[in-house]
Amino acid sequence: MRTFIFLAIVVFAGTGGEIAATHAMKRIGEVKDFAPRAVLGVLGRAFRLGWLWVGLALMALAFFSLLALLSWADVSFVVPATALSYVVGALGAKILLGERLGPERWAGILLVCIGVAVVCTR
Amino acid sequence: MASSKSLLLKTCVLVLLVAVFNSVGNVLLAKGMRQMGETPGWSLDILGIYFVRTFSSVWVWLGIGCLMLFFVSYLLVLSWADYSYVMPAAAAGYALVPLLGHYLLGEAVTLRHWVGVAFICLGVAIVGRTPPSTTGRG
Repeated sequence: MRTFIFLAIVVFAGTGGEIAATHAMKRIGEVKDFAPRAVLGVLGRAFRLGWLWVGLALMALAFFSLLALLSWADVSFVVPATALSYVVGALGAKILLGERLGPERWAGILLVCIGVAVVCTR
Repeated sequence: MASSKSLLLKTCVLVLLVAVFNSVGNVLLAKGMRQMGETPGWSLDILGIYFVRTFSSVWVWLGIGCLMLFFVSYLLVLSWADYSYVMPAAAAGYALVPLLGHYLLGEAVTLRHWVGVAFICLGVAIVGRTPPSTTGRG
């Protein structure tokens, strides 16, 4: 039970964090200039947005929960199971970010999810 | 105004950087930590020494540097592309890991790994056929 709770935290906090960071970056708008100085400027503006910090905090929570989880649970179960993040992340992108996912993208995401689970199984 | 072709090109380049920096960073970090070995104990003194030794490893720093570049490229590409596009596309990095692990760390690549890599590549190819941004630019 404890394993499933921590696995859920890893998956939901991880994808939630990335979605929050995506939301922050969409507010910054499309980056067009990739000169180092311009990129630093973009990062400077991004780090002044609350959503980016929400994202970083959630990602850190997911990271440390994964470390904790790995201290007792079997790696060959935990790491492949985190591939569920691809499906959860896609649902989050659709519901929270309003992205329009067609059947092709869903099919690709499912294949990636299965592939990552297979690669990570020892 | 960028045409959709140049948008696709810069998305591809950035996603490639995301995938490469992520997998190379993880492999470098793994190499550094493997040289360290397991921590000999959990008392604060021992952990402190272990911590200092970890951060004096060149491999660990190279790994951290790569992961920072990964995060920056990830944020940049998400400023215009869908999360549901970048996230699976960046999984191409998982296909790189068995190869890097094989050549840099001398790990064996099994048939099952190759099957997984094939699934990932097919999935990434299909996601790559969809438009990178569906929410209107920026």
